[in-house]
Amino acid sequence: AHDFRSTSDDSEDTGLRFVTCQSLWNQIKSETEKIQEDLNKQLLNNLVSFLSQAHADFQEKTTEWSCRMKFREIPTAALVLGVNVTDHDLTFRGLSDVLQDNITPYVALLEAKDCPGVKNLMQKLMGQLMNCDIDDPLEDEDCVQVSQNRIRCSMPSLISWYESVTKKIDSETPSKKRNSSSRHCQSPPVVVIFKDMESFTTKVLQDFIVISSQHIHELPLVLIFGIATSPMIIHRLLPHSVSSLLCIELFQSLSCKEHLSTIIDKLLLTSRFPFKLGGKVLQVLINIFLYHDFSVQNFIKGFQLCIVEHFYSQPLSVLCCHLEDIKKRVHSLSHDQCENIRRLPSFRRYVEEQESGKQIALLTNENFLKEETEKLLKDLHVYHENYVSILRCLHVFTSSLPKYPLGKQIRELHCACLENRVWETEEYESSLQLARMLNKTDLVTMLQRCVEILMSSSGKEFDRTVEKLKEFLTQFQNLEAEASQERDVSVPSQKELQKKTDLYHLQKTLLELKESRRSKKLTKFEMLRFEVVDYIDSLVRRYLVPADDRTLHEIVYFNAAAVLRGHLNAAPRTALHTALNNPHWYLKNQALKCDGGGISNKAPDICIVYKLHLECGRLINLVDWLEAFSTVVMAAEEPNADAASSDQVDDIIHARFIRAVSELELLGFIKPSKQKTDHVARLTWGGC
Amino acid sequence: MPNLEHPAYPAADLLRLESLVPCRESQVSTLLSIFGERQQLSFPSIFIYGHTSSGKTYVMQTLLTTLQLPHVFVNCVEHFTSRLLLEEILIQLQRCSSGTEQASPVHCDTLNDFVRLFKQAVASPGLQDQTLYIVLDRAEQLREMEANILPAFLRLQELTDRNVTVVLLSEIVWELYRPNIGCFEPFTMYFPDYSIGHLQKILSQNHPPEYSADFYAAYINILLGVFYMVCRDLKELRHLAALNFAKYCEPVVRGEANERDTRKLWKNIEPHLKKAMQTVYLREISSSQWERLQHDGGEPGQLKGLSAHTHVELPYYSKFLLIAAYLASYNPVRTDKRFFLKHHGKIRKTNFMKKHEKTSNHLLGPKPFPLDRLLAILYSIVDNRVAPTANIFSQITSLVTLQLLSMVGQNDQLDGPRYKCTVSLDFIRAIAR
Repeated sequence: AHDFRSTSDDSEDTGLRFVTCQSLWNQIKSETEKIQEDLNKQLLNNLVSFLSQAHADFQEKTTEWSCRMKFREIPTAALVLGVNVTDHDLTFRGLSDVLQDNITPYVALLEAKDCPGVKNLMQKLMGQLMNCDIDDPLEDEDCVQVSQNRIRCSMPSLISWYESVTKKIDSETPSKKRNSSSRHCQSPPVVVIFKDMESFTTKVLQDFIVISSQHIHELPLVLIFGIATSPMIIHRLLPHSVSSLLCIELFQSLSCKEHLSTIIDKLLLTSRFPFKLGGKVLQVLINIFLYHDFSVQNFIKGFQLCIVEHFYSQPLSVLCCHLEDIKKRVHSLSHDQCENIRRLPSFRRYVEEQESGKQIALLTNENFLKEETEKLLKDLHVYHENYVSILRCLHVFTSSLPKYPLGKQIRELHCACLENRVWETEEYESSLQLARMLNKTDLVTMLQRCVEILMSSSGKEFDRTVEKLKEFLTQFQNLEAEASQERDVSVPSQKELQKKTDLYHLQKTLLELKESRRSKKLTKFEMLRFEVVDYIDSLVRRYLVPADDRTLHEIVYFNAAAVLRGHLNAAPRTALHTALNNPHWYLKNQALKCDGGGISNKAPDICIVYKLHLECGRLINLVDWLEAFSTVVMAAEEPNADAASSDQVDDIIHARFIRAVSELELLGFIKPSKQKTDHVARLTWGGC
Repeated sequence: MPNLEHPAYPAADLLRLESLVPCRESQVSTLLSIFGERQQLSFPSIFIYGHTSSGKTYVMQTLLTTLQLPHVFVNCVEHFTSRLLLEEILIQLQRCSSGTEQASPVHCDTLNDFVRLFKQAVASPGLQDQTLYIVLDRAEQLREMEANILPAFLRLQELTDRNVTVVLLSEIVWELYRPNIGCFEPFTMYFPDYSIGHLQKILSQNHPPEYSADFYAAYINILLGVFYMVCRDLKELRHLAALNFAKYCEPVVRGEANERDTRKLWKNIEPHLKKAMQTVYLREISSSQWERLQHDGGEPGQLKGLSAHTHVELPYYSKFLLIAAYLASYNPVRTDKRFFLKHHGKIRKTNFMKKHEKTSNHLLGPKPFPLDRLLAILYSIVDNRVAPTANIFSQITSLVTLQLLSMVGQNDQLDGPRYKCTVSLDFIRAIAR
């Protein structure tokens, strides 16, 4: 829908950028969809097995005594989905797809806003159910007929519809029957999903449940309640006489925080996608998630915005592509683009560090520049791969420390590392201190996990690191053997102590013991522990350099947090106030540029009226207001105008004033007041 | 000795009827004497009321079908508009008169149409010289339909000039029905609750074929001993009896006790039933889950009930908004300055504080508060600065849709909307942690 091309010339590769952006987003989108599918799989499987069980019991043994005696309840699944209502849509869509594939073609999704009464609910329900096998050519004509007759929206007509439909499946051609019965059982249940249980009115739900429980023998109904808060809401909405008609089972979806962690893990902490988020930007997105909405969908939308914004605003983002394409793209860069590279702050920093000969070459020779750029970009790629692996290793350590000085989640660690040199922070220092006090079993398991992470990573530099870590592990094993010997040595000294009863000697030996313990404090294990921690520290210093320090990071990392915040954290009050208080901000008219708190008469009428009303109290006298308005407006016009006319307000000014005031009323700043005649009441607070 | 006697109906039918409606013989005989013989005109309308599951619907249905009286049985909850209700009566009437299942669709929008069509339908030979009974179950719904429906049904005999009796079944007393303008007074009849003896008798009637009646009666006795205090609903009790019977039989099946060993059986079942009272009866866990547990012999403790999942995870600012809303709902406005301002000055101890000491604000329930007050409290309880972004406002709305806050008097959005906090102190404590 959008193209980045603003002008006709394509020196900044806008077309290519657009294509790259699109393909990247499509990849990421399909990836997120796959992740979500995987995450929901467990829940959906449970639900499917519940639904297929729900009516099977009754069909088998209706003649048995206990079944005759038992009250037949409506099977109900209470689906607790968490407060992130925006994500529910996707879950429900997946759910109804899965149900239609596996269990029943009859699925109806109901929303509270469509069902203010039982009548509307039944209409909606029947409309959805009766259209759901529209693909059946035979059914088509029937449907048209039925709708022409204006079906009666009542349970009996629903039941007769159900009977006719299930009968039709039975009498269909054998090939088709086999097909359908393999997927759906003989009499498939009718599933009704209440998307937002909380918003339904009590009466509608109660009546619907009472009605359908009377017909449960003829119509195998299954209800699914989508619950955002807690299952207690069922008891709050339904009295016992109604809830006793239901057979409720609880299903819980994955918490949205875990969902986000998986998304971050799979989308950001991977080298599959060339595009990366900078620390501040990621922080903005995570903050919106944690502070405001808990919505994973919104997080992904924000991520998409970052991608679009990056490719749109950064001409060099054409190089933000997969490793294989870099060479080709670098060498086809135009002259303008080369200049763009030279202008990048990180590149300038890089140039300054080189010796003079190379500096000149970089700044004048385009081909050399391109070679160098390609090399640097590849370095950047390698850096990122290593970064992710070492970050995971560090996370193994920090996540098991008491009080989590560097955060429990890997995303917190990631943000900390992106932002600045993590080893210079206090938190890092304290976590190293804590790591030096870890016990052996923990340390060994951590090292083993680090080895696993590094082995599975794609980086090639880690062979030596892995070897080193393995060496540590064998040393720990050796220690165990030595430890048993040491214990033998320490025993005789204890015996000596018991022998000597002389007070002086006792004191002396005790002091000695203490001394030796202090000096011996560094046992072999402790020495080794220090070594390990120091080694980890060195790895961190080498690989977890913040991305801002890397040359050409601007190409791959999106760092415009302020832009993103402006887009996502809308502040309507502030914007409105700015527009009315300082129209120059939006209108960009030089004449409107005013200094200080003065009221310019060139500003639009509404701005003048707004500024004047800020000076008033809760009730505003309209006559005074008009006076003030006309004074401001007349100020610029001839000051030596008729004294007589200044008494009487000009009709045009009066009309302008009335219009401005009604505009303010429309915006919700004031409203007419009944307390005093010719007064209006202010509705805003703290504006002045 | 048959209690029911009526010259118009064959004695065999009456005897069968009596066996089908235990503990309701007196009501049935009263009804029969009101109904009179088939061709006799009966009272125009009869109003029957009684508590939930006191057998109103069941007795009426059994009476009418056993004696093969022509009747129409309609549930008013199910037919929620007057049009649906009237059409349903006419459709059933067609079936009644022609005896076939197929009924042509009828269109009937008003009561006038209904009377006309009703006369046509009753004219058929099958119905001509018999009283027709129209039973309206859950008649309390009639009050919510158009104002003319209820009075018209009460004097339907007069309006149609046909031999028809309308029976209303309801759970509430007649006084709550009487319209302002007055109406024909129906014959009212009360169905009392079943006593424990009645329940015992009725429940024991349907014993499973594998076991003797005495054995089952002993089981019902134990069951009632546990549940009678909390539940007198016959349907519910029967359901519970069926659910737990397998557990009761367990010692017998295993051969550890015989059917007469009541004490042993009681020891086995009693704790189990108590547990059932806390879980299944309250629908904390579903009956199918309960059965599965029984089958596997597991402890119900493993399965958490619905109310165990009370914790709700909320975003950071939503938590603070909710806490602020709670404070605004339960604290009087005059204390705001003292609680939320840094320099509130000296606390004056005045008399009016003491006056209200006794009545806790929690007993009075939440009070409505304007949006501005909510935001002001929010700003003072959150440590860092909060920008009034659209996100904050949309969070308030989403809290309303989640039913954690509720909007009061939503007619004027501009006039500063007012809210109420609807969550409990425990909930606030949980999220404030």
